[in-house]
Amino acid sequence: MQYMCLIYSAEEAGPQPGTPEYGPFMQGYQAFTNEMQQSGKMVHGDALQPISTATTVTLENGKREVTDGPFAETKETLGGYYLLECETLDDAIEQAAKIPSAKHGRIEIRPVVVWDN
Amino acid sequence: MLPPFKLEQTIAQVVREDWGRILASLVSSYKDWQLAEDVLQDAVEQAMTSWKEDGLPDAPAAWLLTTARRKAIDKCRKNARFSELLPELTRHSLLIQHSEDVGMENIFPDKRLELIFACCHPAIDQKTSVALTLRTLGGLSTEEIANAFIDQTKTMAQRLARAKNKITKAGIPFEVPDEQNLEERLSAVLAVIYLIFNEGYSASYGESSTRADLTDEAIRLARIVQQLLPQQTEVSGLLALLLLHDSRRSGRQDKSSDFISLEFQNRSRWDKAKIREGTNLLKITLAKQKLGVYQLQAAISALHSEAASWEDTDWAQINALYELLYSMHPSAVVRVNHAMAHSYAQNPTSALAMLETLAEDTSMQRYQPFYTARADLQYRCGHLEAAQKDFIRAIDLSKNSVQQSYLRDRLALIEQQLSDLQGGSPNN
Repeated sequence: MQYMCLIYSAEEAGPQPGTPEYGPFMQGYQAFTNEMQQSGKMVHGDALQPISTATTVTLENGKREVTDGPFAETKETLGGYYLLECETLDDAIEQAAKIPSAKHGRIEIRPVVVWDN
Repeated sequence: MLPPFKLEQTIAQVVREDWGRILASLVSSYKDWQLAEDVLQDAVEQAMTSWKEDGLPDAPAAWLLTTARRKAIDKCRKNARFSELLPELTRHSLLIQHSEDVGMENIFPDKRLELIFACCHPAIDQKTSVALTLRTLGGLSTEEIANAFIDQTKTMAQRLARAKNKITKAGIPFEVPDEQNLEERLSAVLAVIYLIFNEGYSASYGESSTRADLTDEAIRLARIVQQLLPQQTEVSGLLALLLLHDSRRSGRQDKSSDFISLEFQNRSRWDKAKIREGTNLLKITLAKQKLGVYQLQAAISALHSEAASWEDTDWAQINALYELLYSMHPSAVVRVNHAMAHSYAQNPTSALAMLETLAEDTSMQRYQPFYTARADLQYRCGHLEAAQKDFIRAIDLSKNSVQQSYLRDRLALIEQQLSDLQGGSPNN
């Protein structure tokens, strides 16, 4: 099964760029990505630009409405994701708990829909 | 042949006894909770008509399982999953045909542990785990569960359907957790069983202060898990605790079904067989020297059971056990009980001081036993007005009518004493 691990955290939480903690923090991400690739669980993963770069679009009566900012203002925002191939939810929980941001944020685990033809 | 009413009773009994084991077996085969439940329900309905005509089969559980499996084949033929399930279904129909050669354990392996671990998975909300465990392992109907938790049957059915859907869609595994995770996962299972028991025992809603069906069901579930995991001391600890608590069931209510606190219970009404079973199990378990919170609570309960009267209770030892329990599980609830034990082992004044630190805890503001305990301690320290205030608050928070009437009696006594004091000294 494929599980989407959505990484949520407050942008000011955790190690910030330019601090001595940031290097080891990012190395943790590199190590996690390597581990997932080697174990064959890695499907895909990306980091997202900060929430200040977000744009939201919707259609109101057929008219495009574009707004600056995220869909909902929340303290914890989506900062990136891993799409993992895992046997069970327990396996997905175990992997997701190793994502470095789990220490100061949360990882939401969502199973991916498999479409029946 | 059995008369119809007797037959219906027998069928109901077979279904209650074996539902969990049959369902576990079906879920294990098909990995589809809804399908498993539907075909078992259909098989039960068929049993009602078939058994009325042909009499009870020699092995009713095996009959139900076989019939349910046939119904699963019928259902799966109609959808695309048939090809996927075919190897599994063929294997089972072969096993059913040759059941004498392969032995019962092969056609009917016990998968109840896998079932309860899935029901009580931390990814499922605890209230839902309770309902799901009662439905799947306990064989209670959705309506019975809804009644027990004062919920609409429809709401409960939706809750159960959502949970089964999540288990399938999110890939919650149908397996006993590995060594590394067993302890943590087991504690979630035990918490659910204890919650079911407490719901029946203290009945926070409704008119009867004991809903025997839920306490019996919790004991039955604890027995199942204990038989399947006999080396896990906390499982045995929980079973012992439930037996010891439950031994006092008939002592907790008087003829008019009013709640009687431990202090005033008629100890001759306690169930001695349950006390013996609980105490013996606890002794064997404590000897294994893997202590845990359920064993400690069972030990406290056993000391109450051993005491010939309230006055004869070994409060010093109970106080020490609460001290230990608090160190393992520092909760406000344990602290309240610890303070009460301390008040008997030592004195109510220092016990009252133990509660003062808790008073700032916001979760205590709606916790009825805290106010009941503090009211009692205030009263015993001679602080009548403070006691009056706390009893009023406790009555306000209590949702149980028999408990409320007990608290009102105590409040009435204090108010009498207060008015006597005022009446006795008119010049003040």
